[in-house]
Amino acid sequence: MREAFIDTMTELLAEDPRTAVVLADISAASFAPAARRHPDRVLNVGIREQLLVGVAGGLALTGLRPVAHSYAPFLVERAYEQIKLDLGHQGVSAVLVSVGASYDRAAAGRTHLGPADVALLDTLPGWTVHVPGHRDEVPALLRATVAADGPAYLRLSTQHNDRARSNDGALQVVRDAGPGAPLLVAVGPLLDPALAAVAGLPVTVAYTHRPRPFDTAGLRALAGTEVILVEPYLAGTSARVVGAALADRPHRLLALGVGREELRRYGSAEDHSRWHGLDAAGLRRSVDAFLAAVPALA
Amino acid sequence: MTTTTATDPAVLGALLDRTRAGREFGPNVYSTLDVLQVLYDRVLRITPETVDDPDRDRFLLSKGHAVAGYYALLAAKGFIPVAWLDDQGGPESRLGDHPDRLLVPGVEIGSGSLGHGLGLGVGTALGLRAQGRLTPRVYVLLGDAELDEGSNHEAIAYAGATELAGLTAIVLDNRSASHGWPGGAASRFTVNGWTAATVDGRDHEALHTALTGHDNHRPHVVVAVVTDGE
Repeated sequence: MREAFIDTMTELLAEDPRTAVVLADISAASFAPAARRHPDRVLNVGIREQLLVGVAGGLALTGLRPVAHSYAPFLVERAYEQIKLDLGHQGVSAVLVSVGASYDRAAAGRTHLGPADVALLDTLPGWTVHVPGHRDEVPALLRATVAADGPAYLRLSTQHNDRARSNDGALQVVRDAGPGAPLLVAVGPLLDPALAAVAGLPVTVAYTHRPRPFDTAGLRALAGTEVILVEPYLAGTSARVVGAALADRPHRLLALGVGREELRRYGSAEDHSRWHGLDAAGLRRSVDAFLAAVPALA
Repeated sequence: MTTTTATDPAVLGALLDRTRAGREFGPNVYSTLDVLQVLYDRVLRITPETVDDPDRDRFLLSKGHAVAGYYALLAAKGFIPVAWLDDQGGPESRLGDHPDRLLVPGVEIGSGSLGHGLGLGVGTALGLRAQGRLTPRVYVLLGDAELDEGSNHEAIAYAGATELAGLTAIVLDNRSASHGWPGGAASRFTVNGWTAATVDGRDHEALHTALTGHDNHRPHVVVAVVTDGE
């Protein structure tokens, strides 16, 4: 996905003089050809993440459409107040593009893990969040996001589904178990493990790469009594949105995602998926337990 | 478009009293008045009619807590109605204890939280350059204690290394940094490749010379020292 971002962003810089890229050394070598062609619009501030976002805010104040890019924990967590003040409070916006996702570089340890990114941006108003599930989803998402005006976050990962699913961000039914069936909503790269997890179960599966704004109309149309969220970042991040969307209906919600506890373990992304119960077997265990708990109707 | 009319100190003082409404102001407010007057009287190419002109100079007040003098000056120059000063901080007011760019004409950034103005100023200067707008200059007013924030160190180092000529920082040095800066605030900029001038923050002629003393090749800092404890 990172390569798809770099290739598409390089094209956008050539096509649209309103665009600018701000880097903090991450991916700077890959953007070197673009930087040679557009030295005033490809800016590497060095390892300075506060300035990364502050510069994006300043560029936006002059009318440019900045795209700021770094590793997720540095881009969103370290520079959170800059995101809040230098963008939102100024009434301007930028596109933030992260790599690393929750635990892509698990062996690097806690410093490089960023499962709180979407929850943090969720504390600020108006953000669109895209979590593509496949590299081929990235170019169209990036183009549409840059062409728009609002604040947006693209969360890129090395984890991915087997194939791309292009749509407008609305919930897309991938597997239909019929009216009233439990609904599982899988975000981004967790679609394939979720599909594998519910094989043989009467569960409808819907996909989205755009958890914000969440497709609440689609959710209301698809949801019965049981709703299962499967998100590749902090568990429960979208629970508030789903709860509000279904507030007028009796429902049960199972919110799966990355746990909050610091594991202090290295290993691979696959290991962390397993430890957080986000591989197919772990998801199956959680779904089985959730559905088994449905009280039998008298 | 340069404004050359000197602000009448008596008028400014009366406007400040109107904003003050019986409250006490600290040195952080009074110490900025001279710099603001020199900027708006003699340096900045901006008027109430050009607040949206893309080729206007930008003035970014980073030390947003020192806002009362700023509001008084904006009223004196006609950017905002004088009547707004009477309700500063009130429930229907557009003038908060920190300025909001979306509520106050002529205000370039919403500030208050320290350490944000210089980064935004760097981005503004870069954005102007990227669009071929080489006329406007970007001025950012900071406090010496505000320089303690690490975000400013990031901006100082980067602007110096990239020779960001369109940027001028003004450090109002009223000795409020808890641990001080040995060698003076200017040294922190010059070691990063900026040009610098340190002047008496009350001396309008010295301030004017310093504020227009950039060499058009490097970023420039003016350290305005105010030591009379007012």
